[in-house]
Amino acid sequence: MAYSDKVIDHYENPRNVGSLAKDDANVGTGLVGAPECGDVMKLQVKVNPETGVIDDAKFKTFGCGSAIASSSLATEWLKGKTVDQALAIKNTDIVAELALPPVKIHCSVLAEDAIKAAIADYKKKQDEKTGAVQPSAQPTA
Amino acid sequence: MKLPIYMDYHATTPVDPRVVDAMLPYFTQHFGNPASRNHSFGWEAEEAVETARKQVADLIGANAKEIIFTSGATEANNLAIKGAAEMYREKGNHIITCVTEHKAVIDTCKKLEKQGARVTYLPVHKDGRISLDELQAAITDKTILITIMAANNEIGVLQPIAEIGAMAKAKGILFHTDGVQAVGKVPFDVTQNKVDLVSLSAHKFYGPKGVGALYVRRRNPRVLLAEQISGGGHERGMRSGTLNVPGIVGLGAAAALAKAEMATESARLGAMRDRLNKKLHQNLDEIYINGSMEHRLPHNLNISFAYVEGESLLMGINDVAVSSGSACTSASLEPSYVLKALGAGDDLAHSSIRFGLGRWTTDDEVDYVVEKLTSVVRRLREMSPLYEMVKEGVDLSKMQWVTH
Repeated sequence: MAYSDKVIDHYENPRNVGSLAKDDANVGTGLVGAPECGDVMKLQVKVNPETGVIDDAKFKTFGCGSAIASSSLATEWLKGKTVDQALAIKNTDIVAELALPPVKIHCSVLAEDAIKAAIADYKKKQDEKTGAVQPSAQPTA
Repeated sequence: MKLPIYMDYHATTPVDPRVVDAMLPYFTQHFGNPASRNHSFGWEAEEAVETARKQVADLIGANAKEIIFTSGATEANNLAIKGAAEMYREKGNHIITCVTEHKAVIDTCKKLEKQGARVTYLPVHKDGRISLDELQAAITDKTILITIMAANNEIGVLQPIAEIGAMAKAKGILFHTDGVQAVGKVPFDVTQNKVDLVSLSAHKFYGPKGVGALYVRRRNPRVLLAEQISGGGHERGMRSGTLNVPGIVGLGAAAALAKAEMATESARLGAMRDRLNKKLHQNLDEIYINGSMEHRLPHNLNISFAYVEGESLLMGINDVAVSSGSACTSASLEPSYVLKALGAGDDLAHSSIRFGLGRWTTDDEVDYVVEKLTSVVRRLREMSPLYEMVKEGVDLSKMQWVTH
């Protein structure tokens, strides 16, 4: 199968590979996929809590070239966006940008899931920090 | 060294130039139809076909009369299995095969099941081989055919063919083997193995595509097959259709070369394969060989590179032609059923690479592949969340994965 130039570029020069401190309250981590399915994506965002803007995004992906490219592209798009703007990213945008063939659409779906999971994790941590939701394990006085 | 490097000799092989030379006159000069019995054009073609028949027979210790030419091994497998099931229907309707067979065998068996046959698909053990005890236990008084491949196309594992042949013979059951990967590569003798039907294909041993053969035993027992292609009654009535004379000449020439060069070639390729294996193990941790190393074709290596997905690995070594058991590289989007059958886990199937060395593989190519793979595996592991988690001490098997 032939890959698009953009997929090859992201595969050969992946943007934002790495990890952010997952215990940082301003970092949200999404881990989606499964090894037996052949793809696992870890996508992290670091959000400025004052402005709600994503300052940094990193990924690590176990998967095919299209999965790597989808997550690499996602991190590129996430930086500078607000959390709400990030949630508006659709898998079809990734398909269009990378010219993914139909058999690779699931890679883009996984990337969208990873974005949503990372932001959900960030929001959960923020809620816990501000006390909006009490962690159930915390003992009551 | 020329790029790209071809290291996928289980898929197909280039035609040996000596084989091409043998074939060429039969396209334009000696173009006759061997079925033309009344002129010299036909006689020349017939003589060439009979020479090739003898060459193929010699490669497997058979008599020339026992060779039926086909379009390839898929057709030979179909003819052997469907032809025997149809011919011996009154004797029984049970066939025994195994889960790691080629699709040409498995799907043929599935088709027969739809038509009322009963098929047992024997499992394989971690080493890729069937158990003779399980085979023995599967045999019933309705069993008419056992079909077990000689060597597997993905993991190169050799099945205990002689033992299976002895068991089948003792029970009066026909034994067919798909010999596509083994014949021409390792010694294979129809008498020693007590086999009744053997499928083979020219393009797997430096002959042309589109031609193969089925060995059909003529004595002890005399095996009869119901024809699957009807017509002019060629090939003892078992396979009609004008003979592909240039292809058959090529098959014969390739068989003669394989027989003459097998000992030196398999020793050379075995040493090179071991070099490939050793160097990869020196450079990388957590790599796993799929299937038995002891019972294996000398030119095959199948390795899983943990925490790295196969298709992304192939992308990184795009000047090396190999194949992967990863779902992403298969038409079905399922990981290799052969590797899954070994029970190692789907994740290792996704991470596997099959290397097939061949007549023109060199040490320099092996070294190049080792260097290239090492750097790509390292790079992809740095990018792999699984590798990171394992290094942090996470047990991946205990994780709750969000499947999709």
